[in-house]
Amino acid sequence: MTELAIIAAISIFTAGLTVAFGAIGPALGEGRAASTALSAIAQQPDAAPTISRTLFVSLAMIESTAIYCFVVAMILLFANPFWIAALAAAQATGG
Amino acid sequence: MNLSPDQTIMFEVWGLPINATIFYTWIVMALLTIVSMLITRNLRPDVPPNRWRTTLEVIVQGIQSQINEVARGSSRYLLYYAGTLFLFVAMSNLLLVIPGFEPPTSSLSTTTGLAISVLIAVPLFGITSRGIGGYLKTYLQPSFIMLPFNIISEFSRGISLAIRLYGNIMSGAVIAAILLSVAPFFFPVVMDVLGLLTGMIQAYIFAILATVYISSATAPSPQPQKDTP
Repeated sequence: MTELAIIAAISIFTAGLTVAFGAIGPALGEGRAASTALSAIAQQPDAAPTISRTLFVSLAMIESTAIYCFVVAMILLFANPFWIAALAAAQATGG
Repeated sequence: MNLSPDQTIMFEVWGLPINATIFYTWIVMALLTIVSMLITRNLRPDVPPNRWRTTLEVIVQGIQSQINEVARGSSRYLLYYAGTLFLFVAMSNLLLVIPGFEPPTSSLSTTTGLAISVLIAVPLFGITSRGIGGYLKTYLQPSFIMLPFNIISEFSRGISLAIRLYGNIMSGAVIAAILLSVAPFFFPVVMDVLGLLTGMIQAYIFAILATVYISSATAPSPQPQKDTP
């Protein structure tokens, strides 16, 4: 394999791995948060607006950890600095 | 694939390239400013409020009540600052439904700028409320050992603010673009609706987090006011 192929393969593999592992934790956390909020609403229906507003905010905060992983995967796939540098080097030597 | 609208050059002004981020930021700013100026042009006691003025009052009072729930007895400047942040981010996320409009918040430059403004606003509000010595003392708050951690948390706060907003909006755009090539006509519309919801929630979170950071830096008011107008 050439240098470019190695960089491409590792980038794609790592991007998939990043999204996969980055989705596990937030999924578990969001499930816990939602189930706790549901039981809280079932116990106290009067507090439903406050609980659901707090739930939305905390869900978005939990989800942002998954979004960080997504951003890293997108950078690896579409804006990889090593890939760009290696491509420039290959073009310089190749003509 | 374009990860940010920074690379799209719209036009040049005297040889200065204007990219899509700046262009659409200007559009959002102009829209907010001109609409508010047009509505509040006849702001006199003898003019009865029309429906536009009532709409603005509902928005401003909604923001104020949300801020009062988080930070009791806060100054009016906090309303101006956090309300501006919320209105700008919400408007640029909502204009996503217009075809061809790229939200300025889907560029890391815009969100970093907003996060830096929050990082600057926190010490400003803290110093005006506690004085310089009192504000610097909050860095040593639990004990002297926590000083480096407090400084680190200040910066990681800014980074997470910037990346959270950018990642959420950018991921909506990227997913819509991917779905457009896989299953056009229906699924991108559903994802855009989801993007609207995410955009509103992210705008709310950005403003609320800025409020929380600022109110944790300012001194607690001596007695909590129950019903501020």
